[in-house]
Parts: sequence; C-alpha cells; structure tokens
Amino acid sequence: MSNPILDTFFEETEELLEALAEGLASMQGGDHEAETVNSVFRAVHSIKGGAGAFKMTELVGFAHHFETVLDAVRSNALDLTPPIMHTLTRSADFLSNLVEAARSGDSISQDVTAGFLAALQQCFGEKEIESVDAWDNFEFAAITLDIGGPAVEVASQAAAAKGFMIVFRPDSALYSNGHEPALLFAALADLGTMNARFDQELLPEWEDFDPQDARLSWTIELQTEESESQVLEVFEFVQGICELSVSPMNFAAPAPPGDATGSFVPTDAKIAVLESPGLFDNAVRLLTDEAAAPVSAKPPEVKPAEKTASEASETAASKGPKPTLRVDLERVDRLINTVGELIINQAMIAQRFADMTETTDDDLVIHIENYRLLARDIQEGVMAIRAQPVKSLFQRMSRIVREAADATGKSAELITIGEGTEVDKTVVERLADPLTHMVRNSVDHGLESPEARIAAGKPATGIIRLAASHRSGSVFITVKDDGAGLNRQKILGIAKKKGLIAQDAELSDSEIDSLLFLPGFSTVETVSNLSGRGVGLDVVRNSVAALGGRVSITSVPGQGTEFTITLPLTLAVMDGMVVTVAGETLVVPITSIIETIRPLPGDLHRIGTDDMLLSIRGRMIPVVDVARSLGFTAKSDQSMAPLLLLVESETLGECALVVDAVQDQRQVVIKSLESNFGTVIGVSAATVLGDGRIALILDPEAIAANRMGNQFPSVNFSPNHGRSTHANL
Amino acid sequence: MQTSSEPSKSEVEFVTFSAGDQSFSLEITQVREIRRWSPVTALPHAPVEVLGVMNLRGSVIPIYDLAARFGLGSTQENPRNVIVVAMHGNQTVGLLVEAVSEILSVSRDKIQDTPDIRSDMARQSITGVIPIEDGMTRVIDLGAVLHPNGRALS
Repeated sequence: MSNPILDTFFEETEELLEALAEGLASMQGGDHEAETVNSVFRAVHSIKGGAGAFKMTELVGFAHHFETVLDAVRSNALDLTPPIMHTLTRSADFLSNLVEAARSGDSISQDVTAGFLAALQQCFGEKEIESVDAWDNFEFAAITLDIGGPAVEVASQAAAAKGFMIVFRPDSALYSNGHEPALLFAALADLGTMNARFDQELLPEWEDFDPQDARLSWTIELQTEESESQVLEVFEFVQGICELSVSPMNFAAPAPPGDATGSFVPTDAKIAVLESPGLFDNAVRLLTDEAAAPVSAKPPEVKPAEKTASEASETAASKGPKPTLRVDLERVDRLINTVGELIINQAMIAQRFADMTETTDDDLVIHIENYRLLARDIQEGVMAIRAQPVKSLFQRMSRIVREAADATGKSAELITIGEGTEVDKTVVERLADPLTHMVRNSVDHGLESPEARIAAGKPATGIIRLAASHRSGSVFITVKDDGAGLNRQKILGIAKKKGLIAQDAELSDSEIDSLLFLPGFSTVETVSNLSGRGVGLDVVRNSVAALGGRVSITSVPGQGTEFTITLPLTLAVMDGMVVTVAGETLVVPITSIIETIRPLPGDLHRIGTDDMLLSIRGRMIPVVDVARSLGFTAKSDQSMAPLLLLVESETLGECALVVDAVQDQRQVVIKSLESNFGTVIGVSAATVLGDGRIALILDPEAIAANRMGNQFPSVNFSPNHGRSTHANL
Repeated sequence: MQTSSEPSKSEVEFVTFSAGDQSFSLEITQVREIRRWSPVTALPHAPVEVLGVMNLRGSVIPIYDLAARFGLGSTQENPRNVIVVAMHGNQTVGLLVEAVSEILSVSRDKIQDTPDIRSDMARQSITGVIPIEDGMTRVIDLGAVLHPNGRALS
C-alpha cells in the first residue's frame, strides 16, 4: 500500500459503501423518497468513477450494471418489488466484495460475477422490454404528431416536460468556491436551446449596496429533450450553495399568439416562441411579482467573488453536509496521550497546592479549579474524537443476517436500535468479529425454521434485534432473537457428553446458559458452514473480555434468547476504587466490584489453616487476601477489621477481596505495563496517581484465581522481547 | 556486538556509571536520559532486581537495580543515586545506579571480549570490557539484563 491516492480511494469507497448500505436499508424499510434512491445511485456511481480511474475493470463493469438498474429504479421505470430489493442488497454486498478484492489484489471468479450480473439483468426482465417499447412509441408519436391512440399520454407528458423554467440565484459561497455561472449556462446550453434573463429586480439600491453580498439572479428558459435529472446534473456541484428551482414548463401556458390549441407544441414553433420577448416577460412575471420594478441606477457589476473566505465557509457550513475532517489515527492517539499527561499534571499541581496549608490565595484556588475543569473538557473532547457511532458496525450485520438466513434457509430480518450510540473506535473495530459471530449464531441457532415458526404461531420471518445504548457509564450492546430460546436439557446433555461438567452436576438455569461460553461447546451436531465448529461463544467472550467487557445471556423458552455485551465507554479511562493494601496503593475497577463490606467478626470463618470464608446473606463466599495473592510481604494490620470488596469472578463466582482501606473513587487513565515490562499476574495495567506515582490496577479475576499464592510463574515477559539466543533448549 | 573481528577506527561513545562499586557502561545511543531517583511502585512477584515501576512522563517504566542484577547486593539509598533511562528495542527501562561517572569515547578495537569467567550471569550480560584509567568498565548487554531467560537453563 504505497499509493496514497489509492488508499484515499479505498477509504472513500468504504464510506460510499456505507452510504450505499444505509440507503438500501432505508429503501428496504419502505422509504422510496427520490433523495434516498438518488443517494444510493450516487454512491455506486462514485465508486464506479473512482474505480475507473484506477482501471479496476471488474469493479467498473459490475458497478455499471448495478448503476443501470438503480437508474431505472430512480426514474421509476422499475418497481421496487421484494425480489428486486433483494437483488439490490445482494449486489451491494457483492460490490463490497469486489472492492475488497481490488484492495487485497485477489480476483473474484468470473462465474460469481456473471451470476450477479445475470441477477441484475433479470430484475430488468420483461420490464425492460416494456419500457423500450414505450419509448419507441413515444418517438414515433413525436415525429408523426400522432396525437391519437395509446401513445397520446406519453407524448403529451413529454411535450409538457420539453422545457424547463429554471430560477438560479447563487449564494456567495458559490463564487468563493470558484464556480462560474457562465460555465453552468454553457452546460445548460448544451442540453438544448436556452435563454437566460438577468433578474435586476433583486439588486439593491446603490446606497444599500454591499460588495460582499451575492445579489445576482437569473431566470432561464431551457427548451430541451432531456429529462429533469439531466438538467439538475448541471447544477450538481453547486447544490446547497445556490437557490435553484427547476420546474417543467408548459410552453402553452403563457398562451402566446399563434399557439392556443394543442398541448403538443411543434419544435419549430417553440423555438420561435422562446425567442419572442413577450413570452419571457410573462414567464418572469409568473415568478416575480415585480416585473415592472425600476432598473435605472443599479450596478450590475457586483463582484460577489470578493467575499471573505470566513463568511463563505459559514454559508457552506450551514447549507452543505456536515463538514468532517480525516485525521491520521496516530495523531489523535498522541493527543490523547498528551491530554492524559495534562490531567495527571493538573492533579499533581492541585495536590501540591492542597498540601500547602498556609496558602490563602483565593484567586489561585479559583484558577486551579478552572484548570481542572478545562483539562477535563479537553480530555472529554479528545476522547470524543475517537468515539464513533456503532452504525457502521450494525450496517455490516444486516449483511451477515442476510447471508446467514440464505445459508440456513431461514427467513430473518434485522432491526437495529441506537445506531447513533458512540463507542471508542477500537471497540467498534474489535467488536466486529464477536458481533458477527453472535448475529450468525442467533440466525443459525436462535431462530427456528419458517415451518417451525408458523407451527409455533409466530410470523415466518424471524427478527434479530440489535441494539446499542449507553447506561451508567457503560455501553450495552444486545443481540436478541425471537426464536425458540435455549434448550437447556440439550445443553446440559451435551456438556455432560463432552465431559465439560461432571455427570451428576446440578446447575441452575443461568449456569446452564453460561455453559455455552465454555471452550469446545457446540450444540449443533452437524457442522454447518456457518457455525458449529466449536469455536464460538468462548471466542466471543474472550474478545469482549479483552476489551474490558462481559457477555451475559438470558433466554425465555419459546420467546427467544438475548446476548448482552457490556463494555466500558472508553478504553483509555476507567472508573476505579483506590485502595490500600499492605502499604501499597492499588486501583480496583469499579465495574468488577459488587459491594464493599466491613464484616462483623462473626461473619468470617476460618477454614483449613489459612483460608477464610465470609458468610453473607446465608451464603459462604471465599475470602482472598490481596496482599498475599500479590506476594506483598508487609503484613496487613490484623488488629483492624478487614475491609472486603465483593467482586464477581468468571471462574470462581463471587469472592471477597481483603484490602486495608479505601482511599478514593476516581477516573484513572489506563497505562500499559506490558510495553515496557511484561504481564504481571494479578495486575491488568497501571495508572498514574495525583502525586505522580504509579498505582497498579488489579485484575480481580486473576487475583481470585491466584488466591493460593505462588503456583504461578512470577513474571511473564512479553514474548516479543524474549531473547531466543539465550534459551538453550 | 562482536566488533573486534572487524577493526574499525570509528569512535563509539559510552556512558559509564558505577553500581555495586563496579564500573559499567552502556552505549550512548541506548541511553535516553538520566533522572533523579524518585520513589517507585513495587510490582508483585517481581524478581529482586526489579524495584518497581515509575512514571516517566506518562509511561510506566520498570526500574532495575543494576547492582542487584549482577548479584552485588542492593543499591543503598543515596542522594547521588540516579536512574539511567535506556531503550531496548521498543522497551523503555530505568537502571538504578550509584552515580554516573563520565562519557567515554573509545574506538571500537579498544573493546575487548569478555574473558572466560565463572559467573554465567555476568558473562551473558556483559558483552565486553574497556580498559580505563583506573581499571576497566563493563559494557552491558541491555537485552540480557532485562530478559535473563536463559539464565536458569544454561
């Protein structure tokens, strides 16, 4: 990837494909607005154009055919029947395959391409022949002036559309963007016979004249055979920066002398009409009620192009699409790092200041507080740069649902909720695989076959509901199907058969559900090409855990299954409880803490020589001494009753961590230990405290698992730094 | 690191420092900066020479007690103690030393191979020695200091 222009092409194509998928999705949802269809068409058209520049012939060829069908849809020559809609969405999928192939340099088999091309061709089917006939009739009618018979309607419509009245009033932005009305007029003139009239009425009085303002306006009569969209295409690049109205013009309407009869105007006559000034005045009067306004002392030589750039960009911003900026991710990350530093620096200054008890400088107190607020603002702003809506991720899923439904012979529909929910870019990227897996699973395992659904009194089409939302500092993403729910007996049976649990194990419903996350678990006896290879939900759980989140599952028999992914809002900052253990300051992630308890002496029960159990609400929970688990030698103060943090652990269920004291609860910036040192058992990362010192962030899971002490190797160096020359194996 | 086989007149610069009353040196290209000692945060289960981690402008870097690493006992607390911040690949680490002595400029052929010595640990972590006025300085192989994986195996 050394060609930056090519990179840009693929980046833009990525966005266009997203727009394409989005447009098709809303078309599928029943939105047949011309603008929606247009946006879909434009996306394919732009991809074709870009691909053409890079000589990607396959891509161009397919995009061209796709475009042809879309064009037919756009001009209402083709009805959006469900099969055609299906072909369109599948074609969009295939188009993105082609783009991917072009990017990776792979080639797509000719047969596959031919198959899709045939499908596209097929949606024209007989339709195309029909419309061709209609046009033949029309031409025939036009030439012979045959106004009788079945061609009448077509002919008269065409006659009415044979001219356009265009009112064109450029905004100042049009000039400052370097557009030239004269060139637009020249392009219009290519379409047919054109006559433009400058509307002097809108010019201000000399005293009110503002050289920065755009006041020029034209009314254009265009006599052309072309369609309205062709005319609009001329103005394609100035849309949003000018006032434009294009209306089909019936030349009979002003009723010029000599043409009072038919709705169909012979071509020659029309040209004559156009050149007559009388018609012009009429036409203008239709639009502006002040045709008789004086024109004397008004300077037509306004130079709007001299507008200031800032004003111009304001105009552009208010009218055009939301401006965006493409930035190298590395720059953003550097900025985030620096802002993290700023936050720490601010905390250090604040702490140092708080230590100076003598100070009574109230102004300084305010300044420091302002500094804190500003630093937080900057941090939030910078973090927001990395935040992305989950929309693109969700859009990909509709394709997965389609493919999975096709492959399994099921009928499924995807409903997405909360597409605008923003999460960290890394989360969006790293969630793609697990989410794909879950969505596939929902179609493959969750939904029943159409027959079974009907038998159960449900609609044949199953619904996969994909939702995202923010709640209490976390992002929730749920995948819910309305299928049969989990077959717990079967799950239990398989788990026992595969030896994943003991034969006589008694499990609660939620425990049985959790078995799905065990490595090597698969309920489907025959391996389908979708899922069932036994690499499934355990992988999902691991990838979500790697992002600091968890997956949970709920299921109601007969009503469906719901998977919920809970993720932290950002990966760089986390809410933590700052605690003291054996004189060391440690941070425990808030998300893993269920509650903090100061137990009564009677609640703690010794078991064996060293272990303790906590009785809480009638249950016995293992107590884990954090200091011992981390191998800190300084003895915890035994005289004081210990403080317990109740945490939920995947492997051990609930357990209680012993700490000496809780200092604070605050947001901490997560710093990796691995890059410079290696992984440390029981520690997930580090952070910098207000005094500039490092505090370790505990991994409660590992602490709980490692409660027995030193059975793990002390330090795992990260493998990429390992010196193989020293391992004389 | 075996440079004596290809004699070169080019000068190499070393930062020399003392740890455990011995002189060590590190090629200057590996040294990023020299910092005052500041308290570190202990790491659980860490080897004895890893004192803990400290904050270097937002990065978490481990601090190694060089004297302890070479089995010369723990470095005693002293205001003159400094931390030599060094880079090994992408890894940034700090080495606690008693004091930094000087910057030494020597030609490559002045660097002698480490003679056969009994201490495996020293032989693996020291690539060569350079004679200086009052004795010699030991050139550290930073990678071997940080990743003594082979130590237990050889």
